[in-house]
Amino acid sequence: MGNLFKIAIRNLLRYKRRTILTASLITLGVVFVLAFIAVSGSFKNMMISQITDSAIGHLQVHRKGYVAAIESLPINLNIKGGAIAKLETILAGQPEIESFSPRIKFGAMFSNFTETSSIRLTAIDPESEYKTVPLLPTRIIDGSKDLNRGEILIPELLARGMKVKVGDTAVIVATNADGSVNGKQFIVAGVVESVTGAGGRDGIMHIDDAREVLRMDGPQVSEYAIRLKDFGKLAAFNKKLEGLLAKELNQQGKPIFEVHTWEKLSPFFNIARMIDLMTFFIKLMLIAIVLISIMNVMIMAVYERIREIGTIAAIGTQPGKILQMFVLEGFCLGVGGAAIGSIVGIGIILILNLLKLTYSFGRDTGIILQASISPADVLMISATVIIISVIASLQPAFKASRMEPIKALRHV
Amino acid sequence: MGLLKAEQITKDYQVGEIVIPALKGVSFDIEPASFVSFIGPSGSGKTTLLNLIGCLDKPTSGRLTVADTDVGTLDRKQGAIFRGAHIGFIFQDFNLLPVLTVYENIEYPLLMVRKVPSEERRKRVTALLEAVGMADQKDKYPDQISGGQKQRVAVARALVTNPKLVLADEPTANLDHATAYMVLGLMKKMRDEFKTTFIFSTHDPKIVGEAETIFTLEDGALNGAKNGTKDKGGKGHGQSV
Repeated sequence: MGNLFKIAIRNLLRYKRRTILTASLITLGVVFVLAFIAVSGSFKNMMISQITDSAIGHLQVHRKGYVAAIESLPINLNIKGGAIAKLETILAGQPEIESFSPRIKFGAMFSNFTETSSIRLTAIDPESEYKTVPLLPTRIIDGSKDLNRGEILIPELLARGMKVKVGDTAVIVATNADGSVNGKQFIVAGVVESVTGAGGRDGIMHIDDAREVLRMDGPQVSEYAIRLKDFGKLAAFNKKLEGLLAKELNQQGKPIFEVHTWEKLSPFFNIARMIDLMTFFIKLMLIAIVLISIMNVMIMAVYERIREIGTIAAIGTQPGKILQMFVLEGFCLGVGGAAIGSIVGIGIILILNLLKLTYSFGRDTGIILQASISPADVLMISATVIIISVIASLQPAFKASRMEPIKALRHV
Repeated sequence: MGLLKAEQITKDYQVGEIVIPALKGVSFDIEPASFVSFIGPSGSGKTTLLNLIGCLDKPTSGRLTVADTDVGTLDRKQGAIFRGAHIGFIFQDFNLLPVLTVYENIEYPLLMVRKVPSEERRKRVTALLEAVGMADQKDKYPDQISGGQKQRVAVARALVTNPKLVLADEPTANLDHATAYMVLGLMKKMRDEFKTTFIFSTHDPKIVGEAETIFTLEDGALNGAKNGTKDKGGKGHGQSV
């Protein structure tokens, strides 16, 4: 095999310019793909991190049917009484969970005594909520990061539109589960921005205040947000939790709970999927580049060396060995292109990080690009290039191996 | 038993709807360690016959036995194995592999065809380099040596596997007078040393003059065999029907 490699490499070096051009094309493709994966991956990870760590959590548990009606924030579909205790016992017993946080979500009216507007409220237990969505405080753009009873964090849209400032008094009026209306005064403790920037109507209050406003007799929870110790184990844990909660049945023998990962709950998952799709097409382009360039080179190589093929076949070289010779040429080109491309690609990623380029996401500006690529991705791209190089060489190599020596020797 | 026996060999080529007979029932025997030349005008069937003997092509009819093997029955892979085991080739245009050095070109059949151990390879290649007078050029590539030197390398490559038979198609056509005689002398020396049979297809009177048996082909038919000027006696005879 070593001698076949020697012959393959010498044949590649025989046409230096063509080999360099082809290897350069593959190198450029690999560099582009690695840089794209690193940059888009950085953006995607930042986006997922913003969504999960500042609002949604990694996954959520609701009462069955709640998510289907989530737009109307139905308080009649809250988890109640014994189900809360059961669920909290199950969640507390899971070693994969870092923290979980109960929330009550409801729609209400917000009044500054001169104007009234609608508001969507998420009532939280600040201690567990800040553990579960640790980036939440970064969304509080004005006022205190702490949230005490009797205080409310109002959305930026209302603060600006209704000219409400931190320290002002406001009234929240909400319809209770029985249809009656109740109101309560709050001090505006801060202004909170939406995950995606200005425009949201989501405010935050203490969970005990929400129970008071909604005149709840006992404990009720709209959802539990859960944070895992290892985000990479999300899919596996989701499956495990679904299995555990599927055993919890109501009196009708139907499941009480439903589990959803952030992917099901956030429209940003589609953006993440679009990034994945773009990455996939970029990889397809790389495959096309490698396939066409290697095939082109190998077809030329076979055509130019027909008499040599005839000679080695006449001498007694078996068809399989001739096939190996040409496949190894394609393999060497692929290995060369993948190796140089990986080195240059990693170099470019390092340079991008050294340049500390910034970009914006929602209201967050000046986010530093942290391009990174995993060794597994580098290996996968390199392996793809090498495999495609071999596949692209197969047809010309097969043609060479099947060549009749007598015809090949006559070739001019 | 002779080295080579051809019995009523015919070879037809189909060109469109026309069948062109290249060989018309050729029969002959060749004994081991012969120095045989096939002569005849262009289109007489010399190269076709050499291709058949070399298992590069198959006869349309008839039986061709080389080294006790009916070569007309061999498939592509068996043909390659047979050529690697029994036949050496010397080409008009030398056909050395340009990416291999002189040494590596001679070593190629031992390495890629026969899988001979490295020490044995080194011995054989070195001996042949000495025999053809190319030892001092062993690290040069084909484009760095002359035509005569290339043909000497080609002779060494053909002989390195100790084949029973070497086929040479116009081996001196691209060589000057002196070089051609030197290469012919070399081949005869190799024949004497290794008892290899050399079969030439040629127009070259130099080879014809050196051949011990001469077969004349005309229009695909064998026009008798005769002993050459350097006859060693009774090495081959032939006829055509």
